[in-house]
Amino acid sequence: MFIRRNTLLQTAAAGLLLGASAFAVQAQDTVKIGLIVPMTGGQASTGKQIDNAVKLYMQQHGDTVAGKKIEVILKDDAAVPDNTKRLAQELIVNDKVNIIAGFGVTPAAFAAAPLATQAKVPEVVMAAGTSVITEKSPYIVRTSFTLGQSSTIIGDWAVKNGIKKVATLTSDYAPGHDALKFFKDHFTAGGGQIVEEVKVPLANPDFAPFLQRMKDAKPDAMFVFVPAGQGGNFMKQYAERGLDKSGIKVIGPGDVMDDDLLNGMGDSALGAVTAHIYSAAHPSQVNKDFVAAYKKAYNQRPGFMAVGGYDGIHLIYAALQKTGGKADGDSLIAAMKGMAWESPRGPISIDPETRDIVQNVYIRKVEKVDGELYNVEFETFKDVKDPGKTKK
Amino acid sequence: MTTLLTILFDGVAYGMLLFVLSSGLAVTLGLMNFVNLAHGAFAMAGGYICAVLVNKSGVPFFVALPMAFIASALIGIVMEQTLYKHLYHRSPLDQVLFTIGLVFMAVTVVDYMMGSSQIFIHLPAMLEGQFNIFGVGVGRYRLMIIVICGLLTLGIQLTLANTRFGSRLRAAVDDPRAASGLGINVPQVFALTFAFGSGLAGLGGALGAEILGLDPYFPLKFMIYFLIVVTVGGSQTITGPFLASLLLGIADVAGKYYVPKLGAFVIYTVMIVILIWRPNGLFGRVAQR
Repeated sequence: MFIRRNTLLQTAAAGLLLGASAFAVQAQDTVKIGLIVPMTGGQASTGKQIDNAVKLYMQQHGDTVAGKKIEVILKDDAAVPDNTKRLAQELIVNDKVNIIAGFGVTPAAFAAAPLATQAKVPEVVMAAGTSVITEKSPYIVRTSFTLGQSSTIIGDWAVKNGIKKVATLTSDYAPGHDALKFFKDHFTAGGGQIVEEVKVPLANPDFAPFLQRMKDAKPDAMFVFVPAGQGGNFMKQYAERGLDKSGIKVIGPGDVMDDDLLNGMGDSALGAVTAHIYSAAHPSQVNKDFVAAYKKAYNQRPGFMAVGGYDGIHLIYAALQKTGGKADGDSLIAAMKGMAWESPRGPISIDPETRDIVQNVYIRKVEKVDGELYNVEFETFKDVKDPGKTKK
Repeated sequence: MTTLLTILFDGVAYGMLLFVLSSGLAVTLGLMNFVNLAHGAFAMAGGYICAVLVNKSGVPFFVALPMAFIASALIGIVMEQTLYKHLYHRSPLDQVLFTIGLVFMAVTVVDYMMGSSQIFIHLPAMLEGQFNIFGVGVGRYRLMIIVICGLLTLGIQLTLANTRFGSRLRAAVDDPRAASGLGINVPQVFALTFAFGSGLAGLGGALGAEILGLDPYFPLKFMIYFLIVVTVGGSQTITGPFLASLLLGIADVAGKYYVPKLGAFVIYTVMIVILIWRPNGLFGRVAQR
């Protein structure tokens, strides 16, 4: 009995020692990234795409930068802000992460912001798209997009291309309101007219009555913003009601035509014109390689969420390279400001003043390429900053 | 005028769909006195089975529909025999907790197996689009829903009222002891009824995927609609939920068309008004026990 206890004690002590020494090694040579994304729940596809892209990037570029080993700790917040906050705190306090990243929805990015400020840990936002996020903490950097970027551009484009009367159909929640406001500002300032404005409840099973209203308003085009998951359902009913044949075009920010879902929507989506930051059909070598590698690894097409994650991890790698491996928050943020590189979506940079992303916005039309539906880009608006901030 | 008719048509189609989805719940809740909140899970199962058959295995849509019914009914009978059977005599609270647990499990399982994004069933071309009858836009798919659901309703009503099985079922519900004393195999009657209700839900899920969208959260999103139909219609008859579904479907579609700002509330307002006026539902009788 005595002997047994003794060995147990010894093992425990040895274990402790080992643990401690392992920790010491880690603290010096490892840079830890806490990746908080929704892996379950309604937003799970966002989290999965980001996780996939980050893994792909690390496979391609190795897991050491400037002599540091990169370790990613993945946490699932199911897009619930309370979880995000708790997980961010655990990661910062217990796991001593150097960077937190991910954030599938706006409230999640908000929830982690005060922690980033307090702990001086950079928060790399890879998905959430509301304009004010980067103002919530001086340690927030964004590699996704803002809704304003795409919505203002489609407003400008519509005016220039002879669309005079537009009916709007947007989901009744914060990003929907954002999209509508930015579009309306630019479209009406250019002389366009909004003939009908409908806000659809977020949990809306059937678009039929709203679409009938759109049809009866007889606009030149309808501006649509619904959460990515509902886009397919919407386009099907749009075609079923014969709106495509009555000449009412669909325009909007590109979320509706996410590459993730586009091919499942069927031919009814053909011809929809959207403004967005990324299309899997973007004709650059960088993107072709990215799409091919992503398809090979995960057997599906990358969407804009995957690109946000891919660029986010790249930004972290590049910043570490620039600081020579120094991983404290202030050095990293300083290194990230003004960083510019070529992403699969095209040339992008981090605005040194706002820490928000500056990127091209493309006007695309849904077309059939090799039997699959793609958003084919045909016009480019260069270096678009977030209009939510340039206004000030 | 033509717009009004189109709205009416859409409303009827939506109501019919609600009816097929909820009629199974009306049967288990009303006839068997079992609170089955997991009803939507069977609908989801039917939807996914139909989607996999059509999209992956290339089974024609009209063959996949009855298969979705049969598969959901089989799942129903297995669940009834292994799990539900033991809860018939428990308190409603136990039943609610048990079935809501099942819902969460179903959501997770489907999320794991099929992914969390919405899926669509590839429809045959003949069901897509609209045609005009005297200027009234009629969606082909919605017309098909009305036809199928109308026939089903008639079938259910006739079965319950006129067949031997119907009278056995009613007897088994009214007084299980006396019924089994008369030689009616009560557990078997319940099992068949439960399976049929689950099958209907599965068929509803397969039909509804096109209009309501299909994702792993389906049972949670639509649970409230099923419950509204059953509470408003009263759960003792089949005609009650049927008329309630039609009323709610039309009110919902018309409300969203004419007052889009209030759209989502119309269905709840209708429910509240009806329940204040008739607390037992439109056709509910005062509880007899």
